[in-house]
Amino acid sequence: MNPPLKTTPLHTKHLALNARMLPFGGFDMPIEYQGITAEHEAVRNHVGMFDVSHMGEVLIKGPNALEYLERLCTNEMTSLEVGQIRYSFLCYQNGTVVDDILVYRFNENLYCLVINASNIDNDVEWLTNHLIDGVELENVSKKTAEIALQGPSAESVLQPLTDVDLSTLKFFRFVWADVAGCHTLISRTGYTGEDGFELYTDNESILVLWDTLLKAGVTPVGLGARDTLRFEASLPLYGHEISDSITPTEAGFSRFITFEKDFIGKAALQQERTRKLIGLDIIDRGIARADYLVYHANQVIGFITTGYKIKDKTYALALVNADIPLGTNVTVEVRGKHLRAVTRNKKFMVKSYKK
Amino acid sequence: MSDIKDGLKYSKEHEWIRVEGNVGTVGITDFAQHELGEIVYIEMPAVGDSFSANDQFGTVESVKAASDLFIPVSGKVIEINHAVEDAPDSINTTPYDAWMIKIELGNPAELDDLLDAAGYRAHTS
Repeated sequence: MNPPLKTTPLHTKHLALNARMLPFGGFDMPIEYQGITAEHEAVRNHVGMFDVSHMGEVLIKGPNALEYLERLCTNEMTSLEVGQIRYSFLCYQNGTVVDDILVYRFNENLYCLVINASNIDNDVEWLTNHLIDGVELENVSKKTAEIALQGPSAESVLQPLTDVDLSTLKFFRFVWADVAGCHTLISRTGYTGEDGFELYTDNESILVLWDTLLKAGVTPVGLGARDTLRFEASLPLYGHEISDSITPTEAGFSRFITFEKDFIGKAALQQERTRKLIGLDIIDRGIARADYLVYHANQVIGFITTGYKIKDKTYALALVNADIPLGTNVTVEVRGKHLRAVTRNKKFMVKSYKK
Repeated sequence: MSDIKDGLKYSKEHEWIRVEGNVGTVGITDFAQHELGEIVYIEMPAVGDSFSANDQFGTVESVKAASDLFIPVSGKVIEINHAVEDAPDSINTTPYDAWMIKIELGNPAELDDLLDAAGYRAHTS
């Protein structure tokens, strides 16, 4: 028996909008409201909002918090400033991924980790098992709600609701502010490849933010378009491009690994990779979906991690043998048939971050 | 509330069939297209392929997933709707016009095992 599905504080809002609901990460979540393509385009061209209250938040506190995070995170945290955010992986000893996280530095003895919904229990166990003296952990996931506001118009929609000058808030920086009367952490981050913000607040205030943004004309966007948007921007999804059987170096994210320090998984990640994440242009009709096999010269060379048709192009990300050059003709086995495809870089679009 | 047309026969797997003489025209219902979401590809059988009732005859790909198409009754494919292959979103907009295949019925008695409009309405409500 599966445990009953959890809900976010915005669950009734999704039902009121007639969203199609499906389980994700143990939560009953909106997959789409009006349609994935329309919602995808709303974020690319204007602005959309996502209920991402299912994400987990863990506070790391104490005089040795930094030392602890440096030991667990692949990315370097010592230079992280108060008000700054850094993306990192937590890795197992063998270099595969416990989770990919954002680290917020609140002050020198207080950090907030934002973690994937489906990994909350496992992450908290991992983090707790590695605690050292002078560090405490508090899982605040249940009392923290979050809306991601994403798209080129995100700043112009949010600015009238707060006194903070958003034009001075740079990419991967955050500030505490009053938004529509609610005490909110505004973070210039996202998971779409567009400019935008992630707004963290309590379970009551999130209802006010949702209604206010809806009234301001923001399009509600479900997890369906969240996945097509992050895929088009080549951002990894845990369980697909990175997982407990795929390392960050295989997935091509070495820029979030600092080898000039010690951390769990370092020795494994220093080994030469035998697989790599690449893009594919699919030539024949059909979608190459996760776990479909990729062939070259009648040999299996890897598998698909994610694939979609976006506008009129069909792309996929695939984890293949490291010696396969870009521009190679390959095939993807789809229900017994082979679709022709060509290996390519992962840059399906140009990102529009506010650096 | 999804659209259900009188005069068609329906399978519990959400295909419809319109029978004229010994020829059946097969598509998927409004309920099915709504459950699938935006359809982006369709895989059809070849003209001349023969199927038994409830065999898989093709696949529809929505943005999120691939779903099997099941033939409501036995028959041999005599025509494919290539217009729907080229514009699969027509299945979303006009599911009862966007037929997929025409078959020569192999065993018309099987039609009695299908649901009528009222039966299908009860099945989907």
